[in-house]
Amino acid sequence: MSPFEVASLVLVSAGAFFLLVGSIGVVRLPDFYSRSHATGKSDTLGVMLTLLGLALHEGITVSDAKLLAVIVFVALASPVGTHALARAAYRTGLEPWYRGGPQPPDPTEPVAAGDAGDGEEG
Amino acid sequence: MDGAFVAIAVALTVIIAIPLYRVVAGPTVFDRLLGAGAIGTKTLVLICLVGVMFDRIDMFIDITIAYAVLNFIGHLAIAKYFANRRSEGAVGEGQS
Repeated sequence: MSPFEVASLVLVSAGAFFLLVGSIGVVRLPDFYSRSHATGKSDTLGVMLTLLGLALHEGITVSDAKLLAVIVFVALASPVGTHALARAAYRTGLEPWYRGGPQPPDPTEPVAAGDAGDGEEG
Repeated sequence: MDGAFVAIAVALTVIIAIPLYRVVAGPTVFDRLLGAGAIGTKTLVLICLVGVMFDRIDMFIDITIAYAVLNFIGHLAIAKYFANRRSEGAVGEGQS
């Protein structure tokens, strides 16, 4: 196997791993916003890595250029779509999840100091 | 080499089937849409892998581009459609 084939196989495998992480995150995380966090970033990285590996496998052709165009499009479009969905959910009034039951943040506190330290260990 | 791609494609079908649980069981409509979007994004990769397996990536890459654009447009349209609907059961009461 040539170095290009090894590199493409490694990239495709890494991308499949990130897609698996995104799938598990969509199922296992506790609420909509954390699930959109999983699918918005992990899936995008997985698709980009996998298609980059396939582009390496193809060599320099027209299909290679189209694959790179798809990579650029996915890198732009997938987070935008996820963000639009999360924005629609927030405007609809979907409450975020807090550890230990629903506790909306105290409106008398300043927003910046409120929940900066929460949710790090989830 | 192609056998490895076939194995990854088979694994990818299993990976694609996982968010289907969220589409069926999601407590809110946004969870269902998120699962559907995740399935669409991963299908992109599966189409490209099938193209490599059949050695016709020059044809399958065009299908991939069309699929990516349609997925994105559908996502935005449905997000616009469901925004600002407070009282029609769009948001369920339960967080799983």
